[in-house]
Amino acid sequence: MTTVLIKGARPYGEGDPVDVLVEDGVITDIGSLDVPDDAEVIEAGGQVLLPGFVDLHTHLREPGREDTETIATGSAAAALGGYTAVFAMANTDPVADNAVIVDHVWRRGQEAGLVDVHPVGAVTVGLKGEKLAELGTMAKSEARVKVFSDDGLCVADPLLMRRALEYSTALGVVIAQHAEEPRLTVGAQAHEGEQAARLGYTGWPASAEESIVARDCLLAEHANARLHVCHVSTSGTADILKWAKDRGTKVSAEVTPHHLLLTDERLATYDPVNKVNPPLRTESDAEKLRAALAEGVIDCVATDHAPHAVQDKDCEWSSARPGMLGLQTALSIVVETMVRTGLLDWRGVARVMSERPAEIGNLTDHGRPIEVGEPANLTLVDPDAEWTVRGAEFASIAANTPYEGMRLPGVVTATLLRGRITAREGKIAQ
Amino acid sequence: MKHLLATDGLDPAFATAVLDTAEELKHTLLGREVRKLPTLRGRTVITLFYENSTRTRVSFEIAGKWMSADVINVSASSSSVNKGESLRDTALTLAAAGADCVIIRHPASGAAQRLSGWLAEAGTAVVNAGDGTHEHPTQALLDAATLRERLGSFEGRRIGIVGDVLHSRVARSNIHLLSALGAEVVLVAPPTLLPAGVESLPVTVSHELDAELPALDAVMMLRVQAERMHGGFFPSAREYSIAYGLNERRMKLLPEHAVVLHPGPMLRGMEIASAVADSPASAITEQVRNGVHVRMAVLYHLLASEGAAA
Repeated sequence: MTTVLIKGARPYGEGDPVDVLVEDGVITDIGSLDVPDDAEVIEAGGQVLLPGFVDLHTHLREPGREDTETIATGSAAAALGGYTAVFAMANTDPVADNAVIVDHVWRRGQEAGLVDVHPVGAVTVGLKGEKLAELGTMAKSEARVKVFSDDGLCVADPLLMRRALEYSTALGVVIAQHAEEPRLTVGAQAHEGEQAARLGYTGWPASAEESIVARDCLLAEHANARLHVCHVSTSGTADILKWAKDRGTKVSAEVTPHHLLLTDERLATYDPVNKVNPPLRTESDAEKLRAALAEGVIDCVATDHAPHAVQDKDCEWSSARPGMLGLQTALSIVVETMVRTGLLDWRGVARVMSERPAEIGNLTDHGRPIEVGEPANLTLVDPDAEWTVRGAEFASIAANTPYEGMRLPGVVTATLLRGRITAREGKIAQ
Repeated sequence: MKHLLATDGLDPAFATAVLDTAEELKHTLLGREVRKLPTLRGRTVITLFYENSTRTRVSFEIAGKWMSADVINVSASSSSVNKGESLRDTALTLAAAGADCVIIRHPASGAAQRLSGWLAEAGTAVVNAGDGTHEHPTQALLDAATLRERLGSFEGRRIGIVGDVLHSRVARSNIHLLSALGAEVVLVAPPTLLPAGVESLPVTVSHELDAELPALDAVMMLRVQAERMHGGFFPSAREYSIAYGLNERRMKLLPEHAVVLHPGPMLRGMEIASAVADSPASAITEQVRNGVHVRMAVLYHLLASEGAAA
């Protein structure tokens, strides 16, 4: 039997500190407790205790680009970032479009044992947008795939998207769309607007995202299917989501930490560490996204953690791969943009980083309340501490962070997966 | 001043100094049998071109040679770049080999700025000879030199830039430089060839060339690249020519003193009528001539002048 006692933590940052007893992966007591024999004790000192974070959008690069991230290193980064479950996107090489690959990813996640790694299955064979992948086989495989996405690419064909949504309803799964009308983003490198006009970047217009989101909301409503919109980046998308939700469409959406904080003002450096897809937008977009997340129009935060090799980032902008690391900085960016600004309290943080993503991803043992009898997937956060970002010190193999050298608030001091400490004081627990 | 990467944010005093130096060099070399100055003897200048170019590369090469620099031309198609070497590694190789200045032409916007970062430690100067659809600062400087020769000054002058602004690095560089020097810039183009966010640039925008011509002191025609003609940016070359081509009828709408510029190569008959290109109002050949002197001046200010490196 493993026993952990978290002494003096404040669940959801509320009330007086309490002790939380975890035995064999389950919360068994909460209150003023004695230290049981053989218990491992975490002195929380009034820190905030939250349900373990769930990331609906992680790129782990295995199989195919193990030089930039493996399931093991990505899992370590996730645990250090306070995550207990991550969804690994399908755009690996080979693509996770069949049961063999998703089961491989699932098993490698189990071997790493630091977070639950849930493979995302591709919607279409080879991410080519031409033919549905075997969604049913993947959903019923050992990995029990719950989310399907061609992320990185959009399922642009409206008929194929309709079929995917319709088909998904029989499986009880969700289709997550990378909303980008490809004909509107040929050669696109950055948000289409003032910065791109000045700096000579080919523009990625907001309407390329918004037109697909609007279309997909209508298709999902028509099919009575569950649609999840990946990495919302524009103010207009937030408006469309609100409209669709008001109509009763089963749509959910995520926003990345970087779209909450960073803007296209960063383009002037020409440093591709800031290159992401969808691109960084304007301050008014970021402001709207923060408000939409606070109001629940956008359901959750997802990292779009995207490790890249040095040579794929330290180059000219147009040659660079899009994406940035996110797992170890997400909480801090949420604290910076949402908590310190008063937009979210800690219960709100639990909602957007744990509860809603778990619900959207059909996970029953994550994102649960901190109550007796619930699974002990937990994250302890020191809300007052600050830290300085050093990409080279991340658990990820890659180091492509736009926050290099920045001082950020909020430190994850411990993560527990089913009652086992996976990370503590910035180190992976052995 | 260590590099010349863009005209956006360029100190007008520096730009004016370059124009003054170019003018001086032009007069100094005028009529000389041997057009060679010893100013950059012992300095190594490398032109690193990732895109085909005749006029810009040759102009820089002549400029360097007339200043007695050792000029080496590297083109992507005949170098290690062709073997997949990255721009960063190529840059470091050139710096290690002793380049004092790298002149780069590259299809990626921002490539020159990235290069300057990689070469910061080596102390190698970088000149942007055209990066993607971003900037082509020496083209703007030679345009400015040509306009100053013809018009005397920029203050209160109204200059039209006509055509494919969206894809034009020449347009961006000219917008910033001419407005910094005191001129008013009006862009004339179909909406499809103007960048979204153009209103943030120091310009006014028009879609009617005829309406603008009477108030222009100069009209700068932009090159329309062949692929634009089939990319749906406008219905046909014919319609473009009717709406935005500078023909003899339109020339008559311009004031007498107005100057016509074109960065070349020209699409005669479509963008510009031959009678216009070859008229006394045209300064197109003069642009090329001034290009050499302006590039000499740029190299002088980056590599030779007292206190140039800051």
